[in-house]
Amino acid sequence: MTLLSVQNLRVSFPTRQGIAEVVRGLSFDLGRERLGVVGESGSGKSMTGRAILGLVRPPGRVTADRMELEGQSILNLSERRMRKIRGNRISMVMQDPKFSLNPVMTIGDQIVEAYRLHAGGARAAARRKALDMLAAVQIRDPERVMGAYPHEVSGGMGQRIMIAMMLAPDPEILIADEPTSALDVSVRAEVLNIMDGLVRDRGMGLIFISHDLNLVAQFCDRVLIMYAGRIVETLAARDLHHARHPYTQGLLNSLPRLDAPQDRLPVLQRQDSWRDGDTITQSLETEFPGGL
Amino acid sequence: MLRVENLNVWFGHEPDRVDAVKDASFTVAQGESFGLVGESGSGKSTILRAVAGLIDTWSGTIAVAGQPLTARKRDRAFYKTVQMVFQDPYASLHPRHSVDAVLSETLRLQGMDDIDRRIARLLDDVGLGRGFRFRYPHQLSGGQRQRVAIARALAAEPRLLLLDEPTSALDVSVQAEILNLLSDLRTEHGLTYVMVSHDLAVVGHMCDRLAVMQAGRIVEVMGVESLRQGTAQQDYTRQLIAASEGYARA
Repeated sequence: MTLLSVQNLRVSFPTRQGIAEVVRGLSFDLGRERLGVVGESGSGKSMTGRAILGLVRPPGRVTADRMELEGQSILNLSERRMRKIRGNRISMVMQDPKFSLNPVMTIGDQIVEAYRLHAGGARAAARRKALDMLAAVQIRDPERVMGAYPHEVSGGMGQRIMIAMMLAPDPEILIADEPTSALDVSVRAEVLNIMDGLVRDRGMGLIFISHDLNLVAQFCDRVLIMYAGRIVETLAARDLHHARHPYTQGLLNSLPRLDAPQDRLPVLQRQDSWRDGDTITQSLETEFPGGL
Repeated sequence: MLRVENLNVWFGHEPDRVDAVKDASFTVAQGESFGLVGESGSGKSTILRAVAGLIDTWSGTIAVAGQPLTARKRDRAFYKTVQMVFQDPYASLHPRHSVDAVLSETLRLQGMDDIDRRIARLLDDVGLGRGFRFRYPHQLSGGQRQRVAIARALAAEPRLLLLDEPTSALDVSVQAEILNLLSDLRTEHGLTYVMVSHDLAVVGHMCDRLAVMQAGRIVEVMGVESLRQGTAQQDYTRQLIAASEGYARA
């Protein structure tokens, strides 16, 4: 089933040198799956996530032939109507919990505020829900964490708290923008396991934006590879290492590997044709190949 | 080239004193490339900063090229031997200084002559070309900025280069270019590297030996071969290697 359908999405910003298009004709469908979006900085992957949530501020401009959440258009909605969708139905987890949590509010107050904004209800009920959510992201001592300030928790815990906060209103889609790149490898697995479990148990759609190809290949079901604002290749995650596009191959080859030492790393030779080759429009729907 | 013995580094005063590095010892031979790995907060960058003279509160022995460092303040000769490249090229270059200003100031501080020719050579060395000389940091990409930061470190013609996560802020394609550049420079100039990274694959690619750190202590010093073959002695090292190999669905 398609949760989110995007057709010919474009995001542009006016600059002194004319209009800069940072997303150029992106089309994809998201089902109840883990969809990875990979690319270098500047490839437009984060901007895609922001455009879906209506977070591109003027003078930035978002256009699309279609952007539908379960059949209902969410393109350029009014701020008031978008607020009903944002957080409630589509949530986002950002890269660094240090910058996305309010430093002068206790964690408990922040989760309760976020929850009541969407679900309403009494403070006591919201507080119980917040404790449940913290327990769901495997925070061992939720009572203590509720009363703590963001600087008193570690990075991994901060990211789990962000996930708890985003999931409290039970969204249908979670957009995670580099959710683990500020975390240590040992903590990373924990955070991914929690997201994985939540996607599986609640049947959410997950858009996982990352620059880490290997991680995406292991964690996601399907991968979109972006270059200069467009999708150059889309494939099942387990086939990533058989990628055909020279850009994807180049990215994979440029990674140092412990099991295959070499004196020099192959460097990516960029080609102009990657910018303007055929746009990939077919969506290559894979129905839960990871066995959701 | 570098000898560190029983190094302790701490921050703050009792009762809030934090011991960031506890009793760390290792040596790095001339021409060697040595890695420091561990999680954030394990003290790997702190060791580097103590060697560079950016932290005063340490005890133990740090000797560079056979000279033990005693004074809290390093002299100019020290900075002719040791230079550092920082993690974030977006933060380590002054936004209103052109490449030319950055390099010529460094060269003048080091008492160099013939600055014009030296700048041209430094830019060639790091693969930037003369065209970049009068650009400002905002006109450069992340990889180009890191090249300028490396050129600045090379300006003093050092023998020991301290690299603090030199590629972790860069894309993998750019990371490959910078790692290749660092390898070439080490061969051409006979440099010694001490490199801090959280990425075991990068350290495995660049270094001959490495120290694994946990909670301020060095738990293991190993050759890169045992890292590749997975023959680490300590449980913690094995866990770290397993975690870095990526995500396995629970």
